[in-house]
Amino acid sequence: MFKWRSDDFSWVDFTIDVLRVLIVLGVVVGAWNTLSSGRISFAQWVNLFAAGLSQGSIYALIALGYTLVYGILLMINFAHGEVFMAGAFSTVFLAEALNRTGFLNEQPVLAILLMIAFAGLVSMSVAILLERIAYRPLRGSPRLVPLITAIGASFFLQYTFRGLYGSGFKAYPGVKALQGVIQIGGISIPVVQVFVFCAALLLMLCLYWLVERTRVGKAMRAVSENKEVARLMGIDIDWVIMFTFGVGGFLAGSAGVINGLFRPQGVNFYMGFIPGIKAFTAAVLGGIGNIPGAMLGGLFLGVIEAIGPNLVLAGLGIPGANQLKDVIAFTMLVLVLIFRPQGILGERLSETKA
Amino acid sequence: MNMLRSRNLRIVVTLGLLSGAFILYTGAVGMIAAFHEREVVKDVISLGQVLLALAPFAAGFMAANRIGDEGAGQAAILAGGFAVGLITATPTIVLLLFNSAEYRFLLELTLRVLPFLVATYFAWPMYRNGKDMQFVIGSWLAIAVLIGIVTFSFALIFEIKGDLRSVLVNINRDWVDVVTFDNRRELMTGILTLAIVSAAAGLAGSVFRIIPTIPRRALLYGFGVTLLVGAFGETVRLILQENLDRDTMRELFQRDTLRQQPALMLLIISTVAGFLWAKFGQQVRTGLTSMESSQRRVVNGVGMLVFAGILLMLPWLIGRTLSDVAVTIGIFVLMGLGLNIAIGLAGLLDLGYVTNYAVGAYILAVLTSIGPLGRLDGVFTFWMVIPVALLAAMFAGFVFAVPVLRMRGDYLAIATLGFGEIIGKLAISDWLKPLIGGAQGVQAIPKPIFLGAELKNPEQLYYIVLAASLVTLFVSIRLNNSRTGRQWMAIREDEDVAKAMGIDTARAKLLAFTLSAATGGVAGAIFAAKVGTVFPNSFTVFISINVLSLIIVGGIASNPGIVVGAVVLIGMPELLREFSDFRFLMYGALLVMMMINRPQGFIPSKLVSHEVRAAVKAKVATAD
Repeated sequence: MFKWRSDDFSWVDFTIDVLRVLIVLGVVVGAWNTLSSGRISFAQWVNLFAAGLSQGSIYALIALGYTLVYGILLMINFAHGEVFMAGAFSTVFLAEALNRTGFLNEQPVLAILLMIAFAGLVSMSVAILLERIAYRPLRGSPRLVPLITAIGASFFLQYTFRGLYGSGFKAYPGVKALQGVIQIGGISIPVVQVFVFCAALLLMLCLYWLVERTRVGKAMRAVSENKEVARLMGIDIDWVIMFTFGVGGFLAGSAGVINGLFRPQGVNFYMGFIPGIKAFTAAVLGGIGNIPGAMLGGLFLGVIEAIGPNLVLAGLGIPGANQLKDVIAFTMLVLVLIFRPQGILGERLSETKA
Repeated sequence: MNMLRSRNLRIVVTLGLLSGAFILYTGAVGMIAAFHEREVVKDVISLGQVLLALAPFAAGFMAANRIGDEGAGQAAILAGGFAVGLITATPTIVLLLFNSAEYRFLLELTLRVLPFLVATYFAWPMYRNGKDMQFVIGSWLAIAVLIGIVTFSFALIFEIKGDLRSVLVNINRDWVDVVTFDNRRELMTGILTLAIVSAAAGLAGSVFRIIPTIPRRALLYGFGVTLLVGAFGETVRLILQENLDRDTMRELFQRDTLRQQPALMLLIISTVAGFLWAKFGQQVRTGLTSMESSQRRVVNGVGMLVFAGILLMLPWLIGRTLSDVAVTIGIFVLMGLGLNIAIGLAGLLDLGYVTNYAVGAYILAVLTSIGPLGRLDGVFTFWMVIPVALLAAMFAGFVFAVPVLRMRGDYLAIATLGFGEIIGKLAISDWLKPLIGGAQGVQAIPKPIFLGAELKNPEQLYYIVLAASLVTLFVSIRLNNSRTGRQWMAIREDEDVAKAMGIDTARAKLLAFTLSAATGGVAGAIFAAKVGTVFPNSFTVFISINVLSLIIVGGIASNPGIVVGAVVLIGMPELLREFSDFRFLMYGALLVMMMINRPQGFIPSKLVSHEVRAAVKAKVATAD
């Protein structure tokens, strides 16, 4: 995709190249304006960066679900954002109950672990059911068919949870242990951001261990290389695919709890849609099908989303730049798909999957 | 014989539990209680109760069908239907018990015992298969702990919160009232009633399987028509009101609900009509097909004339409220036909179709508004702006299409979805507020003026939509049979091959996007003129999903399918307010079900259904 196209140069390439130049120009001019005006201090930049990293690690956790499934089935599980929502939305009740008993503040570690396990298991069940009911009958059909199914499943799940739990916002209770800030040489970073980043990192390490060091992980890798050969080697493909959906779901559910503790604005049935698309962006950014790529892509997207509006958009003189956070993320999505669909780290086996 | 029985048992239990889960689900998301608000026949039955009975009825019928195919006798079939009905009721009964104050301990007990039961269920076969004992115990423990975490958490939640309702908002009094048939105070009576009704419905389902075809069809028509007329009582009343006098109306309807006697009459008449049709319908049809071609042309022509007449007279026939719905449907027909050019003809899954709709609406709004944002003082009229909106939408379609020309399939879908979201966010942002009003949108859009008369009523706007739809229909039919249409078809089937055949794929794809955008723009402009205000909240991804659903459900690349899809998917939630809350729930479920069972849609285009059949054949061939 990135080669010099002298043989087959058309006006489409030309337009895309012009687009590329325009975007680079816009970014450079915006950044130059902001930096030279000095409106934002160094400490503020660091804060933005830290917030971006925390948000990004949540994207990364969700993005892993996309990447795992894509790696094996070559399908975009569009409903993955709703799997995330299922865990987050269900666990808000548990969090309230734990808070009411006082357990949440007495034993924050245990309580949060319980919440993560609960949310993970709920999301896991949703993901597995989704695979079993909606996707399994469609294996081997043209690629747009599972995508349309996934879109349908996404809306179905959203409105199911709206019906089950109601349409209002519900907020996670505050955890005392996560309030306050850490001071490092004049820069103060909220504890909750550190917690989010560390928790996500820990989960990702667990996943990495699972995929690289265990028998199941080996089976997953084998199935993603070649399903038929894996079947011949005695691997139960259906089970491995189900397991993959389950693992992706678990990560998404735990991301839901972490997200709930991180963002005070609360959860509702529609909360999964936008993070879902963003996490997909992250997965594509890192190279879809590539596990370390999804982690990196998530962090990258989070940082860009936090810094971009202030750096570029504000520099270009656009008012209310922070409202356009999502626009930055979606623009990233489109740009990656246009310019580097194989992602930063490159897609594994991109030949067969392109 | 024994094997036969256990197989039948499995069929009965599976179908019973499936329909039971359906009842439980519809109750838990609030569908049953919401549908109960709508009475089908005054003081006899509500739509919620119909739902409650229809599930065991259908399951009973299916079970009877399958047991019958296994070669069981009539008694076994009837018993099967009855059992299916009973099983259908059980999940709901269990939830009712859990929900009641006296039997709450059952919930607690279940939550405590469930992990061990589930673990044993999974570990038992391992033990039987002679797996390593350590492995079996390990698995048992692992499963028990995993399930235990969930059940423990639920137990905690329910203990702290006090009742189910504080979590599951729709397991409330309304729901209990419906499923116990207003026996909330005497729960046991209610449960018994539910079980009896459900079992009776299951039994009726199996009886329905046994009776001969012709009376079965007659009954199906009879009950189907009565049910439809009853459920859409409000619509039917609005239509009849235009043509009947007040006293007759009062005899037929009490407010929006069908009265008992007319309902009975309707049932009898439609059953008789159904009987006649089932008996002689085949003859009529063969008569028609065996007619000479000139005669057939006359019959077809008369049919077309009647249809065209109905289309033209529609606003007079149905009145104002329904004309408004018809305009909305028409707008979606327009969008459906437009998006179909991209999805159906060229195979480009465009999920950002709302972009074009928004562009059209905003162009019309800004150019014609006489409010503060329309700085042109109404120099432009609706008719002058429609072509502008069309061109602007085409331009937008072009601009958004160029970057995605090199993408394929799912990436293209996601990228266009991204465009749709970007446009939505931009429309609501402060940045463009001076231009298009931010969250407040653009107000005071004048109605179109035609020959000096202001077209301010939906009855009049209907004709604009109708004309636009007909033009689009004509264009898309012509396109389908054109050289470009065949190029699109080739691209849809295999882009690489199409390119190798010398098709300028970039040009063809651009054309598809641009043309499909054009109708979206017109639809948006008409929408803006109809509503009179344009808000960013009207332009969300839901519009795109709406249009996508009606194309998929109606039949991809099938023009009649799209029209019918729009009438059903857009019209139904507008006419049945109870549906509108569950609109996207049903769209979602429909999309999944259609993709699994009927990817070609309900009214498939000839070509697509042919392709689906070929694909199935190929699949079977490779499986062998």
